[in-house]
Amino acid sequence: MTTREEALEQHVPGTTKLFVWVWVALVIMTGLETLLAYEDFALLLMLTLLMGLSVIKTGFILSYFMHLRFERMGLFLVVVPVLVACILVIMAFFYPDSFRLLHMQAR
Amino acid sequence: MNHTQAETIAEVSWAGGRSPLAVDKKKLGMWLFLLSDSLTFSTLLICYSYLRIASPNWPRPFEFYPAIVKATLMTIILLTSSLTMVLGVHQAHKGNRGSAVKYILLTMLGGILFDIIHISEWVNLIVHEHVTPFSNPWGSPLLGGSFFGFTGLHMLHVTIGVFYLGAIAWGFGKQKFSAVDVEVSGLYWHFVDLVWMFIFPLIYLINVAPR
Repeated sequence: MTTREEALEQHVPGTTKLFVWVWVALVIMTGLETLLAYEDFALLLMLTLLMGLSVIKTGFILSYFMHLRFERMGLFLVVVPVLVACILVIMAFFYPDSFRLLHMQAR
Repeated sequence: MNHTQAETIAEVSWAGGRSPLAVDKKKLGMWLFLLSDSLTFSTLLICYSYLRIASPNWPRPFEFYPAIVKATLMTIILLTSSLTMVLGVHQAHKGNRGSAVKYILLTMLGGILFDIIHISEWVNLIVHEHVTPFSNPWGSPLLGGSFFGFTGLHMLHVTIGVFYLGAIAWGFGKQKFSAVDVEVSGLYWHFVDLVWMFIFPLIYLINVAPR
């Protein structure tokens, strides 16, 4: 490897091999999700497993494809915790009401 | 701290030209836009989840074959387009313009394939299953509105992304745009893929027709 190529390798984070392996992991997780749907488990269990897998996939895409893993911590802190906090606040406000509505339905 | 040191620190902070997050301004701008768009999609998802939980007659209309198989294929196509996009960004940063443009064109192809399959699914639902945004033959009328609204907004993002990438591929090939511009477009494309990672389980997989 020449000096220029070495310098480029240091500047450009990640390698083709890494990105392909991340893609393989994402496709495997997608297959697992589809298998869960085929097996048709109880709703709450399905939801927990599917959301768990989605969050892991999000982590992979954010970290490797969107390069957040190779950026400064400051950028990660600006983007991720704020978003998670906003989503949790919206969920905390609205979800309990949906269960109340469900139980209020006329039978 | 004496007055001179405080003045110096103030001058350095406010003199401009500093990049506290060590990112290009276009990249930061795109990240901030994606933050706001994430909140849009999150709110829609939460709204849809609210409706689904609160409706006892929410239908589960998606047969494993062909609906779920098609949706899985769409997911894999989008993931593959994300891979080609990140490889394109990688090549752009290495200065390989030809390779970068080829990968961007492959990414666009993935987006177009995704749109074609999705539109075929819409046509099947509207024409053969008689689902509209206001009614369906199975249960809660909110199913159609939420499904078409959500997937329609996502499809619009994919379509805009295809045009955006086309402009970037053209401009980067003509040396009008830099590798940072390619990376910024890549961020948008990966975001579109990321949103689908939540639409796929919540709209399709949770609503698989019982066997």
